Amino acid sequence: MQNEVRQFVIDNFLFGQSDRQLDDSDSFLESGIIDSTGVLELIAFIETKYQVSIADDELVPANLDSIERVSAFIERKLQAKAGVPQ
Amino acid sequence: MCGIAGALGLSGQPINPDHVERMVRTLGHRGPDDRSALVDGEAALGHTRLSIIDVANGQQPMSTADERYWITYNGEIFNYVELKDALLAKGHRFTTTCDTEVLLHLYQEYGADCVHRLNGQWSFAIWDTHRRELFLSRDRMGVRPLFYTKSGNTFLFASEIKALFAFPGVDRRLDAQAVDQFFTFWTALSPRTMFEGVFELPPGHSMTVAGGQIRTYEYWRPRYDTFDSTLDADSAAERLLELLVDATRIRLRADVPVGAYLSGGLDSTVITALIKRFTTTPLRTFSVGFEDPQFDESSFQESAIRYLDTDHESIRCTASEIGRVFPDVIWHTEKPVLRTAPAPMFLLSRLVRDRGFKVVLTGEGSDEILGGYDIFKEAKIRRFWGVRPDSKLRPILLRRLYPYMKNIQAQPEAYLRAFFRTSPEDFADPFFSHLPRWELTSKLKLFYSPELRARIGAFDPVHELRTKLPESFAAWDGFSQAQYLETAHLLPAYILSSQGDRMSMGHSVEGRFPFLDYRVVEFASSLPPHLKMKVLNEKYLLKRAVDGLIPPNVQKRKKQPYRAPDAVSFFGPNGNTPEYALELLAPERLQEDGLFNPAAVNRLVTKARAGQELGVKDNMGVTGILSTQLLVDQFIRNFRYDHNAERGTPVRHRQLPVRAER
Repeated sequence: MQNEVRQFVIDNFLFGQSDRQLDDSDSFLESGIIDSTGVLELIAFIETKYQVSIADDELVPANLDSIERVSAFIERKLQAKAGVPQ
Repeated sequence: MCGIAGALGLSGQPINPDHVERMVRTLGHRGPDDRSALVDGEAALGHTRLSIIDVANGQQPMSTADERYWITYNGEIFNYVELKDALLAKGHRFTTTCDTEVLLHLYQEYGADCVHRLNGQWSFAIWDTHRRELFLSRDRMGVRPLFYTKSGNTFLFASEIKALFAFPGVDRRLDAQAVDQFFTFWTALSPRTMFEGVFELPPGHSMTVAGGQIRTYEYWRPRYDTFDSTLDADSAAERLLELLVDATRIRLRADVPVGAYLSGGLDSTVITALIKRFTTTPLRTFSVGFEDPQFDESSFQESAIRYLDTDHESIRCTASEIGRVFPDVIWHTEKPVLRTAPAPMFLLSRLVRDRGFKVVLTGEGSDEILGGYDIFKEAKIRRFWGVRPDSKLRPILLRRLYPYMKNIQAQPEAYLRAFFRTSPEDFADPFFSHLPRWELTSKLKLFYSPELRARIGAFDPVHELRTKLPESFAAWDGFSQAQYLETAHLLPAYILSSQGDRMSMGHSVEGRFPFLDYRVVEFASSLPPHLKMKVLNEKYLLKRAVDGLIPPNVQKRKKQPYRAPDAVSFFGPNGNTPEYALELLAPERLQEDGLFNPAAVNRLVTKARAGQELGVKDNMGVTGILSTQLLVDQFIRNFRYDHNAERGTPVRHRQLPVRAER
C-alpha cells in the first residue's frame, strides 16, 4: 500500500524525479509537493484505485498530508468497507 | 504604427545597406505599407510603415528641413496637435500633418528632455548627423517595444529581436538565467531577454549612443510615495472619469477608422462606453468567444453590445485552433509563455485586419493601475487573516478568491486554509503578495535538465529582483508594492507585449490603451489604496466613476480574468496532437536541446493525454515547456530572417552624401 501511494506521488506530482528525497512522513503541503489542485488528484486516485468514497469532513491534512498518513487512511477506509469494527 | 531598426558602427565603420534591409524585411508584419532604409556612413535607420496619420506624407525615416536630424519611429504621440501649436508659436515650420514630424521638431527644440512632454506610446531613434549621436527612447509604460544588442563593434536596435538576428554575425544563444526568471515570474525581466547579449530598453528609459559609448537612463517610473488624502470618493471618481474621457478622445486621433475590443469585462466595456457617449466616432467592436464555457464571456459581451448599441463581430475560438497557430504566436512573442492566452488575441487581430481596421482601443492596464487583480485581493485576505491566525471566521473570505477557478473552488476547507496560511512575520517581506505565485511557478523547475541547472548555477531570480527595487519601495504599503510589481514587470513584459503589441502587430493592427495615458496612471497612483479596492470590491473607484454608463450586470459581475484553454490545445481528448508538439517534446529532441528532462516531460505529456483535467501547475508546465522548445526551434536551431520577408512592399534605399567636414 505504502509503495503504491509512493509510486503515485512520484509519478503524478514529481514526474518520476525520485532522486528527490521523499520520506514517508514528509508533509506534502510543507514540501510543496501538492499544490491547490494536487489534493483533488490525490482524492481521485484513492477513490478510483481503492473503490472507497471519502466524505467532506475526511478531507483534512491529518488524513492526506504524507505517504504514511494516506496509506493509514486508505487502510482504515478499506477495513470500514469490509465491515471490520474499528 | 510601424517597425523600426537600425545600426551604428561604434568605431565609425560604415554600415552595409543590404544588412539593414535584411533587418527591415523581418518586420513586414508591423508595417506593410512602406519599407525603407537610410544609410549615413556609420549609421543606418530602417523603417516599415503602417500608415495611420497623414497617410500620404508620413514616410520615414524622416528628417528636419536641413536634414540634420533623422528619425525612425514606431508609435503615436496623442498630444501632437497641442505640441505642434506650441512649436509653431516658437517658429517651427512643418511640411506634413503627422506626429512624426512634431516629434522630430520637439527633439530639435528640447533634446532628450522632449520625452517628458509626450503623451503617447513610442519607441524611436533619432540620428543627429552633426554630433554623430543616436538617441533612442521608449514610452513610460512599455507599450511599444525596443531591443538592442552589440555585435562585434556594431550597435543594433529594432522593434523585434528577429530583426537583430537578421544582421549578419549576431549570436543567437538562450540565456539560462532568463529561462529561470521565466519559470519564476512568468517572463524574463527587462533589460534581460530570453537571449544572451540581447537587451530590451526598459519602459520609461532613454538611451544615447555616441563616441563608441552606450548610455541608458530612466526618465520615468511608477511611484506610490504620497497619496492625496484631501480627495473624497466623489471628487476622485469625477476626476477619474474626466481623465479617462480625455485619454480616450485623444486616442481616437487617426486618419483611418478605429475599432475597440469588447471582452464583456468591466474595462473594455468602459472604453467602449466612453467612445460611444463622449465622441462622435463611428465604432466597430470585436471580441473572442470560446467553445468551452469556463472561458467564454459571450453573455456579458452581448449585454454590453445591446446596452451600448455597437456594430459588433466576434470569433469563436477552439482549443485545436490555438494548437494550430501556437508556433506563429511564439514567432511573434519571441519568448515562451505559461498560458496560451495570446493565441486567441492573435486570431482576433486577424479578423480586425481583414475587416479593414488598423487601430483598436482596449481596456488594458486598468487592473494594474486601479486595483483589479485577484492577487491584490488574495494578499489582502492573507494579511487580514494573518493578524489573527486562530480566527474561525476570517479564512471564510478565502472562498471569495478565484471564483472562476473550478479547482480552487472545489478545494476542501482545510486545504484552502493550508495553502493561504500566513503569519505576521511574513508581512514584512516586500514580495508578500507575489511569493505564493512565484513559489508555485518555480515548482516547474523540476523539469530542468542537469545541464540547464548547471548553467543557471547559483543564480536566484527572486534575490536578484530584491536588489533592483526602487529605493522607496520598502516604504510603500503592501497594496502599492503589489501594484508596482504588476505595473513595472508583468504589464510590459507580458500583457502589453506577448498578449498585446506582438499579437496585434502580427496582423498589422495597432493597440491603444486609454487606461495607460500617463495622466491616468499618475492620478491612479496618487489615490489611497482603499479607493481602488474598497474592502474586497476591486476597482471600486472605476465602478463608481462609470455608474450609469455601462450595463449594471457588467458593472456588478465577479471579475473573470481573460484566459484560454492551455494543455488541452495540444493534448486534447480528441487525440489530435499537432505534429510540431510531438516532434519538439520527443525524448531525443529534448535530449539534444538539453533544457528539460525527457523522462519527466514524458510523464507530464502522458498525464495531459490521459484526458483528466489538469491543474494550474501542470497546464503551465505543458505550455511553458512547449513554447520554450518552439522558441529554441524558431530562433536558435532553424532561424530564418526571411521567414515572412515577402510581406510588404520592396525596401526603398537612400544613402546620404558623405559630408565634407567629416
